[in-house]
Amino acid sequence: MSATTSASRVPGRAKDLRASSALHRRRARTDAVIRFLCLVATALGLLFLVSILATLVVKGAGGISLSVFTEVTRPPGSNGGLLNAIIGSLIQVTLATLIGTPIGLLVGTYLAEYAGTSRFGYVVRFVSDVLLSAPSILIGLFIYQLMVLPFGGFSGWAGAVALAIIVIPVVVRTTEDMLRLIPNTLREAVIGLGAPKWKMVVLVCWRAAFSGILTGILLAVARVAGETAPLLFTSLGNLNWSVDLAKPMSSLPITIYSYAGSPYEDWITLAWTGALIITLGVLGLNILARTLLRARRR
Amino acid sequence: MSHSATAEGVHAAPPRPEMRRGVSTGDAVFAFLCRAASVLVLVLLGAIIMGLFLGGLPAFQAFGAAFLTSTEWDPVKDIYGAGVSIYGTILTAVLALLMAVPVAFGIAFFLTELAPIWLRGPIGTAIELLAAVPSIIFGMWGFFMIVPVMASTIQPAIIDTLGEVPVIGNLFQGPPFGTGLFTAALILAIMVLPFIAAIMRDVFLQVPAVFKESAYGLGATRWEVMRRVVLPYTRVSVVGGIMLGLGRALGETMAVTFVIGNANRISASIFGPGNTIASIVALEFGESAAGSLKFASLLALGFLLFVISFAVLALSRWLLRSRLEG
Repeated sequence: MSATTSASRVPGRAKDLRASSALHRRRARTDAVIRFLCLVATALGLLFLVSILATLVVKGAGGISLSVFTEVTRPPGSNGGLLNAIIGSLIQVTLATLIGTPIGLLVGTYLAEYAGTSRFGYVVRFVSDVLLSAPSILIGLFIYQLMVLPFGGFSGWAGAVALAIIVIPVVVRTTEDMLRLIPNTLREAVIGLGAPKWKMVVLVCWRAAFSGILTGILLAVARVAGETAPLLFTSLGNLNWSVDLAKPMSSLPITIYSYAGSPYEDWITLAWTGALIITLGVLGLNILARTLLRARRR
Repeated sequence: MSHSATAEGVHAAPPRPEMRRGVSTGDAVFAFLCRAASVLVLVLLGAIIMGLFLGGLPAFQAFGAAFLTSTEWDPVKDIYGAGVSIYGTILTAVLALLMAVPVAFGIAFFLTELAPIWLRGPIGTAIELLAAVPSIIFGMWGFFMIVPVMASTIQPAIIDTLGEVPVIGNLFQGPPFGTGLFTAALILAIMVLPFIAAIMRDVFLQVPAVFKESAYGLGATRWEVMRRVVLPYTRVSVVGGIMLGLGRALGETMAVTFVIGNANRISASIFGPGNTIASIVALEFGESAAGSLKFASLLALGFLLFVISFAVLALSRWLLRSRLEG
């Protein structure tokens, strides 16, 4: 504040002039230093991303071969692949999306179209936002108690449901946001034509917000595809070929986790390859979602 | 002529009761579905809390309030305490924030006031992509890339300098394993960095341009505009964003498990090994028999983690409410 008061004083004498130019230099210097530090901070942030991607490519790209996608996981030293892990991940993520998306869509619709400023709507929005950032390992523990203990074992279903719980709040958030962007005049026009409210929501609002909602679903898929913690105690992982949802099921993150911690060179290489595949998939989905959103904004 | 005919036609059309009924049924069903799904979300949260609490109840009953503070975790003697993992959870999360917040602020400042317009989109996207990288990838990257550097360069350097300082020196001593609480905090910092930066950027962008332009017009430098105009205007939301980062750091599992060293004791040095609630659950839950006291203790730890992160996230949402509603 002293900066503005003394700078605003009209410099009548040479002493004041000198003082104000010294002050000006100091302010400019502080500004330059902080701007430089901000540049460094941004460079640091980008460096982390580049370093992670470079590490994945350097360590993982060499391991990519056809056998990664055609062979199942094998004991160390026998040229296994990741087929069961990839298929297991695809099955669980697909199921989780199929379970979580309708629920999330309905909740998001409720918040945007029905809740208004009601207390119940406020609480639901709040709880959904908390679930969005809740520690995912606790969701795994919860599903363990709910589905693994009572049914007597780890299962692909349990893994899918654990992931579905993570899908829901992501879809809720984007659905509500996107529905709120729709101008009310559109709703009034539909209601004015005599259409019932549910037709207004389903045929007009959902359609108008389609690409936005799809963005949310893609982001949810990207989020759960890389989740490891909720699967540790639900689908557990399976080193053999299995598509039976009632049995423990392999998944890419779990396989990466167990392989990366192993002492075998070829397993670690396979873990890096899996890590590269999953990261490219997740980042690709994110970029796709962003492109969709940008196309919509235009 | 035609105008009046139309109006008459509209009035003349008799209401069709059977169609009206169909309409209201469809509306009722759809509204019910939406409301039921919303109730389900509330039930879900309640069930998670209840499940963890009931599962952990035997441990709370066996150890009482001492469970929270006891630093003993001894499966042989069947004695469990949450002290070590609560300490590790809070220490790593707070250290992570100390490292992440200044950098996140720098990025947000750069993206909103300093960078040329054409550069803001791509850099912003890159930072958001960093947030999308799965946590297990951070764990692997940390374990194979950061840990060796910490062990060979960073930790010895700090031990030789700060470790020699009296009083605080103890914090920076011990063998440079590379893994440990400090490394875990560093990885956590990198993970929460993009979340905090993205929220700060969003709230900085909400400052009315007129405010900033007025300050620039008075001759303020960019830092002065940030310090005297933008920050005071967005203070509450900025704290909310930091709290959101804290909530994420508290519950992060896989990355921490890779690098924290996993030891059930409190080390004097921040380079020492330790664990967090999430990492001990991830490592030991699989080997605890259902119904055993250890099993209950791990669920009790899960309950504590949920309570801590729920409180932090709730505070964050409350602080960010103006941003969310505005």
